[in-house]
Amino acid sequence: MSNLHADTVAFVRDTMLPQKEPPASTVGLLGWGKKNLFTGPFNTIVTILCTAFIAYVLWMLIPWFFSPTWNATSLGECREMLTAAGKVGEHGTSGACWGVIRERWIQLLFGFYPAELYWRPILAFVLLAPALAPVLFSDKVPGKLLIFSAIYPFLFPWLLWGGTIWSPICAALGFVILYAVVKYGSEAIGQLGAIIAAVVAALVWWLFLSGYVQDGLAAVIPLAIEPVASRDFGGMMLSITIGVVAIACSLPLGIVLALGRQSDLLIVKSLCVGFIEFIRGVPLITLLFVASTLLNIFLPPGTNFDIILRVIIMATLFSAAYMAEVIRGGLAALPKGQYEGADSLGLDYWQAQRLIIMPQALKISIPGIVSTFIGLFKDTTLVSVIGLLDPLGLSNSIRADQAWNGIVWELYMFIAALFFLFCFGMSRYSMYLERKLQTGHR
Amino acid sequence: MSDLATDREIDRSKMQVSDEVAIEINKMNKWYGTFHVLRDIDLTVYRGERIVIAGPSGSGKSTLIRCINRLEEHQEGQIIVDGTELTSDLKNIDKIRSEVGMCFQHFNLFPHLTILENCTLAPIWVRKVPKKEAEATAMHFLEKVKIPDQANKYPGQLSGGQQQRVAIARSLCMKPRIMLFDEPTSALDPEMIKEVLDTMIELAEEGMTMLCVTHEMGFARQVANRVIFMDAGQIVEQNEPEEFFNNPKSERTKLFLSQILGH
Repeated sequence: MSNLHADTVAFVRDTMLPQKEPPASTVGLLGWGKKNLFTGPFNTIVTILCTAFIAYVLWMLIPWFFSPTWNATSLGECREMLTAAGKVGEHGTSGACWGVIRERWIQLLFGFYPAELYWRPILAFVLLAPALAPVLFSDKVPGKLLIFSAIYPFLFPWLLWGGTIWSPICAALGFVILYAVVKYGSEAIGQLGAIIAAVVAALVWWLFLSGYVQDGLAAVIPLAIEPVASRDFGGMMLSITIGVVAIACSLPLGIVLALGRQSDLLIVKSLCVGFIEFIRGVPLITLLFVASTLLNIFLPPGTNFDIILRVIIMATLFSAAYMAEVIRGGLAALPKGQYEGADSLGLDYWQAQRLIIMPQALKISIPGIVSTFIGLFKDTTLVSVIGLLDPLGLSNSIRADQAWNGIVWELYMFIAALFFLFCFGMSRYSMYLERKLQTGHR
Repeated sequence: MSDLATDREIDRSKMQVSDEVAIEINKMNKWYGTFHVLRDIDLTVYRGERIVIAGPSGSGKSTLIRCINRLEEHQEGQIIVDGTELTSDLKNIDKIRSEVGMCFQHFNLFPHLTILENCTLAPIWVRKVPKKEAEATAMHFLEKVKIPDQANKYPGQLSGGQQQRVAIARSLCMKPRIMLFDEPTSALDPEMIKEVLDTMIELAEEGMTMLCVTHEMGFARQVANRVIFMDAGQIVEQNEPEEFFNNPKSERTKLFLSQILGH
């Protein structure tokens, strides 16, 4: 090549380069390790130190877990077994006492629910799967299952609390009334009027009429299963009941509150802002105390308002306030163009919200929504403070037993494992959902 | 900037302006807070007209066409679209919006729906067209904008030019009688501008009533029958493109044209 200007500047490629394999040290297991664990001396040292630390912790913990105490019937017996196995350290015996889990696991799951009726909560929670499937995995499950999802909210309390079959049917009838009045009333008195009339009609039905109708029907056709009182509920079953119902109710309520907060209507907006700020400014535990004690003072004497129902309502309101703010974040993240796009096509407010805005806002808020769900589910343990026997409440009453007095780690670990299972499941599902809803790079 | 939007001969057989009024704007005023954006706008658009609105940024040209389908609310005066006056009556607004198509600078496609769903959504929910029929219409218009093979992709997977053509198809699926374009090519690479302009030219050739806010003076010259120049919230000059470009009357127009055609 000469040094002439023309030779160095002008350039024409006559053959295109073929694609080459990347260097072997950057692909496969080797490449992964090099990139993620051993980049440079500092990272290599950190990797080695962390591995050593994890190994040390496991080395100390694992012997505690593998402990031959499965069949023990008291803490004292555990200690004898451990001594016999030679597991004695400086501070007495060292090893888990798993006997308490063997003896009490069923109580930690069901509380004091009558043992011969365990099939009912089990069936209720098993049926939860087909009821949730069309909602959670809408693309893999036939849409017809949604009918079952609609029936399930009435089936679920009936299976748990028992009683006459007419009470869930009457509760469902309220929704039928709501729907019918909206559908046929819209023509006569306009949409807004019909919605208000429908809500009033349904409330009148639920609060005043349905009780009589239910008793009447039960007297004529007595179809009932054995009723179970709320004070017998307990354990994980109670946590899941409160958690699932509050989760299912708080999402729609949160959406409504978030939309209300963005509304142009001053009254609606102030009501929503006031509600959200009040609930967020008050600890959940105070709301639960209100539910357990104060509500009885305000309600007319003789009103039998179930304690679990009261707790569910409070938990729902509490998480709905947080949910509203999470969803508002999603709404704020949507470009204004999406509203304009929907408007310019002639979609009305509700169509635009349902078809364009909410699907996107909810998708953006999935991590926050699921965090709120997880938080709510864990907060159900607070009900032990007002005397409901959730797993934590039960762990106290188990310790009150002479045989297990002084046992702490094993019980908490078991309860933690149960909660982790559910919370981790929710977290994984949210990641699946985010991946599924990923469309292109925008 | 190329002086012409297209090299081909434009078929003018159907480009006819009738004397039926499509849009009538009388003494319309609009403020953003205390800022007077649109001042005493008077404009009559006849069916079949192809109007290009030009002007420096901030002159109110986007606001003007956004008032026509009430994306912006005007405070004084009258806007009558297809015989219906725009008031705060929501029914009228939704009716007008479904008759008037609009394309935006940033496309505003719905990223969570496929191209086909983007196009069928409004016909199905607003016009209550059966899904099958809406899909057939959508495919027809997607073919017209030459991207039927992308129907099942998501907007995020398409190039800017393709997205804008989808946006045009999406508006056309509502069978609008008037199309508004709000700087449809300003967010596009030069290579993609042409494909969008071609689509718009074809639309004009079919006799669509169009109002375009654009800086594409080649398009204005070849396709428009009227060019409106706006500055500081008012219509400064309007004329046939030939006269407008070759013989501008106002000083403001001359300055603007020398700046945008100068290089």
